[in-house]
Amino acid sequence: MSKRIDVKDLNVYYSKFLAVENVNISIEARSVTAFIGPSGCGKSTFLRTLNRMHEVIPGARVEGEVLLDGDDLYDSAVDPVTVRGQIGMVFQRPNPFPTMSIRDNVLAGVKLNNKRISRSDADDLVEKSLSGANLWNEVKDRLGRPGSGLSGGQQQRLCIARAIAVSPQVILMDEPCSALDPISTLAIEDLINELKADYTVVIVTHNMQQAARVSDRTAFFNIAGTGMPGNLIEYADTTTIFNNPVQKSTEDYVSGRFG
Amino acid sequence: MSSSTLQKRRSQLTKGRLPGYAVWVVLGAAVVLAAAVSALVGFNVFAWAVLAAVFFVLGATLVTAAAEGSRKAADSLMTYLVYGSFVIALLPLLSVIWTVLERGLPGLSYDFLFTSMNGVTGAVDNASVENGTPVLGGAYHAIVGTLQITFWATLVSVPIGLLAAVYLVEYGKGGALDRAITFFVDVMTGIPSIVAGLFAAALFALVFGPGTRTGFVASVALSVLMIPVVVRSTEEMLRIVPNELREASYALGVRKWRTILKVVVPTAISGIASGVTLAIARVVGETAPILVTAGFASSINLNVFQGWMSTLPTFIYYQILTPTSPTNIDPSTQRAWAAALILIIMVMLLNVVARLIARAFAPRTSR
Repeated sequence: MSKRIDVKDLNVYYSKFLAVENVNISIEARSVTAFIGPSGCGKSTFLRTLNRMHEVIPGARVEGEVLLDGDDLYDSAVDPVTVRGQIGMVFQRPNPFPTMSIRDNVLAGVKLNNKRISRSDADDLVEKSLSGANLWNEVKDRLGRPGSGLSGGQQQRLCIARAIAVSPQVILMDEPCSALDPISTLAIEDLINELKADYTVVIVTHNMQQAARVSDRTAFFNIAGTGMPGNLIEYADTTTIFNNPVQKSTEDYVSGRFG
Repeated sequence: MSSSTLQKRRSQLTKGRLPGYAVWVVLGAAVVLAAAVSALVGFNVFAWAVLAAVFFVLGATLVTAAAEGSRKAADSLMTYLVYGSFVIALLPLLSVIWTVLERGLPGLSYDFLFTSMNGVTGAVDNASVENGTPVLGGAYHAIVGTLQITFWATLVSVPIGLLAAVYLVEYGKGGALDRAITFFVDVMTGIPSIVAGLFAAALFALVFGPGTRTGFVASVALSVLMIPVVVRSTEEMLRIVPNELREASYALGVRKWRTILKVVVPTAISGIASGVTLAIARVVGETAPILVTAGFASSINLNVFQGWMSTLPTFIYYQILTPTSPTNIDPSTQRAWAAALILIIMVMLLNVVARLIARAFAPRTSR
């Protein structure tokens, strides 16, 4: 249950401002793809276009095609809600719902959509999702407690559990470890490696060691200057990007020499 | 404060600091001096208290300036001014509560709560004064009227206010309609309550014929006053719900209206509920709009859609302005104060309820 994504000639706008220009990329199913690049180069913006979260921001729009197993996400007949049901997302800051318990947070995708689910099915789903997010052993005795009472790393894994509970095809992660300590980061990275078996994972990160550790393929984005659109500079296997990049700017960035 | 006096040896670190008892010495001196000065011009407690406060602030500042320097003096001056302002702000409130309790409690009885003014005439009041028997008649009809009219006003204004706020925060994109709604809500906040009453009276006169006065007309008038308050408070509460929660919900494939209903509003519900309760507390004491819309009744009327109705404020107004017995106004005055006490208790209960609701619904963050 995972699908590939093909992006063709994608331009992303905030009102009139062209934020990301002319991206062509193919993301394989059951793989981890990392987006790296300096701040403001459009990695997060581009990531958000992959499940139509981009258009939540007023004035934001895209041109071009994003194909999920060949189906265009931006076809005028497509309901963004359907897209987001298939492509889940984990955000930079952990954002469990403060009004819900840990259990309800995991079931949020089901319950908020008013789908009926029997109690035993719900229990199974909670255990499966939390186990999938490596959190089950830590919280199994306090499922009724508020999700906001967990530590930052646990909250982030709760958010991942919440995302996989709706069984998406693709999981997008927007700097999921940037607010976490190294141990929680390690837990999430291990988790990403496990998720790869079932899901297509796309991760934005500022941590190049992390990109090197977890991803199969890496895309480097860059920006020519302030007010200019971001571009996809190079996209290749992670080992190639880090050891033998074609572009000079990629080599400068991954080796820490830039500007 | 007293810890410094327990020390055997004065610490080098407290050198040049006034001892803790200095402030009490200054206070005592100010009280004595104020008593002396006010005795010169004819003693009264009020002048004594004011003079004592002024002397104390001046004295404490000067003593501190002499002993500890100008920075400490400015600090103590401001400290006492801040405390003084707090006391001054609190005085009217305490005075109101005290006066209402003192004058209202004697009239508060089971009979007062559960009988109306039906059949209570000037002759009845005269007789009770002459024979020294308890005052007859009560505010039951006014209590019922207040509860009913306020209930219907809440029922009308909360959905409208809530939905308008949801529109402004979640759906409005800063266009002309948004700005128009915000502007008119602001204007409505400042509408004098009598104008709201006249509006409701005119509206119902237009639809149901002139002279239509029922409890429901009053409810409409009150909801004109309530809606802007509900919109404003709800809007503020919805705006502080973090956008991340909305995005988290969208990312799970949840529709926008469900996100609003199940994530945004529940997160803000405690603030919304207390805002609504405070709006109710604000209109429950309105007098003018009730007079022009619901008229006045001295007997029990349980139907808001038919017949005139009384509320506690109009009950108080009529008892004071047109005492039941023009020759013996004491029974009417007593009834008015008792009704005022009930009204204050109602408003206080509403505020307590608002706090309880806020606490019950607050997002759970305990670890």
